[in-house]
Amino acid sequence: MSPIGLRRALKLHPPSGKKGDEPAGGRILIELENVGYSYGGGELLGDISVDLSPGSFHFLTGPSGSGKTTLLKLCYGALQASAGQVRGFGQDLRRLDRDQMALFRRRIGVVHQDCRFLDHLPLAENIALPLTVSGHDLSGQQENLGELMAWVGLTKRADALPPELSGGERQRAALARAVIMSPDVVLADEPTGNVDWEMSQRLLQLLIELNRMGKTILIATHDLGLIRAAKSQVQARVLRISNRRLQLAGADL
Amino acid sequence: MSKGTIRTLIMADSQADRVVPPSGFTAQLTLFVSGAMAFLAVFALALSLASGRLADRWASELARAATLRINAPADQVAAQTRAALTILRQTPGVAEARALTREEQAALLAPWFGADLPVDALPVPQLIEIRGGEPGYDAQGLRLRLVAEVPGAVLDDHTRWRAPLVDAAHSLRRLALVSILLIGGATAAMITLAANAALAANAQVIEVLRLVGARDRYIAGAFVRRFTLRALIGAAVGMVLGMAGVMLLPEASDEGGFLTGLGFQGLGWLLPLVIPVLGAVVAFAATWAAARRTLKELT
Repeated sequence: MSPIGLRRALKLHPPSGKKGDEPAGGRILIELENVGYSYGGGELLGDISVDLSPGSFHFLTGPSGSGKTTLLKLCYGALQASAGQVRGFGQDLRRLDRDQMALFRRRIGVVHQDCRFLDHLPLAENIALPLTVSGHDLSGQQENLGELMAWVGLTKRADALPPELSGGERQRAALARAVIMSPDVVLADEPTGNVDWEMSQRLLQLLIELNRMGKTILIATHDLGLIRAAKSQVQARVLRISNRRLQLAGADL
Repeated sequence: MSKGTIRTLIMADSQADRVVPPSGFTAQLTLFVSGAMAFLAVFALALSLASGRLADRWASELARAATLRINAPADQVAAQTRAALTILRQTPGVAEARALTREEQAALLAPWFGADLPVDALPVPQLIEIRGGEPGYDAQGLRLRLVAEVPGAVLDDHTRWRAPLVDAAHSLRRLALVSILLIGGATAAMITLAANAALAANAQVIEVLRLVGARDRYIAGAFVRRFTLRALIGAAVGMVLGMAGVMLLPEASDEGGFLTGLGFQGLGWLLPLVIPVLGAVVAFAATWAAARRTLKELT
């Protein structure tokens, strides 16, 4: 699928969140300000401040268990900060009710580490799930859905059930599902964690392509090879979690 | 619950309904419970209607009938009977007054004393049968006049044993209505349990749906529609079986007395059609409440 085709497919499904929610100045999409997160009495993350501005590309790295997934969950409201403030499109996520949270999540595409599919639905319906839950009529979206599936190379697997897919196919399908609503931000949690080098490069290219279309990308990964491969193609900021704090990584990456 | 929410919950959405995986035992449980409860509700309804009819019939028949007994010395019986008949014919609200013949009185006593009873040889009081009209007569006023003019007359308007019968029939109707309410409550409880089980079993699905931006009412709607439809189908089947059972009951007859005529009559046959609709409404409300509570807990 060409980038033009992808652009067309993605722009046909604007998220239903109000664009007016954006802050008047700066247009920072996701903003964490002195955020801390504690669980079971222990601090997992502390004093985290980071901004995701439109069109930016970020890597979030750190050792296993350092809190990368936790930080991503704080960004899309799956967890609530114990301290500080998380703002999404200018709104304090803590103040959102469940309906508002749903609308917020339609503006964010998330690629989960374990992909999270509905195993009883065919792949095409899983990819189209964000459209379905937001009330879009799928019968008029078949062409766009086809283009998106072609973009991730899964056209022939449209009718397969998620348990029948390989790790790479699941990751690509998760990416397709994450972008089908043409979100402003894509958060990917270890998107290459279960795939070989070739597939990880392919997934990286898809994410870079999205970034070139203006999407904000944040990838949590411990794969330094992936980060090096990306830095040669895109201007990426690398954030590292170390000792529960977030640091800007050095030039060694 | 707003109108928009109700519309979201009711409107069929094949895509939305597919996001919740079909669940085996909760589906069967809902169908069975709805069917069984509708079956019982048909019988309770039939009993309620029949006891209502019975109460009305007894009240109406007994209110119109009365008996006047002339207890007088043998040489005064005929004169007092004539005097009583004259008074009765003059009394507004009395449609008919007739002195029973010797043969009729003998027939009334025959079950106790045998057919060969010499009525003439016994001091049997003369009975006068009274049929009330519309509106009825003033029993108290009639009694006072009889006391003054026919000293041997005793008016029995059947109040003494009519009231308990009518009360019994009304109590039976109330019990049947309470049974219908209990059936509705039990249905709601069972469907709530089934819905809770389905929601708990689909916690992962709910989580995924939320992560991709589903609103709670969208998620609840998928469950509510499914359980409402199951309850409607189950209750419809139960209602048809219940009506078939009622049709097999014996027709009303004088010989059968109270135990016959328990079925529906006339337009009453249409009333059970409301049962599946009520079952669906109960399922809708029960599932909606269960879904709302569970989704709040899953936050």
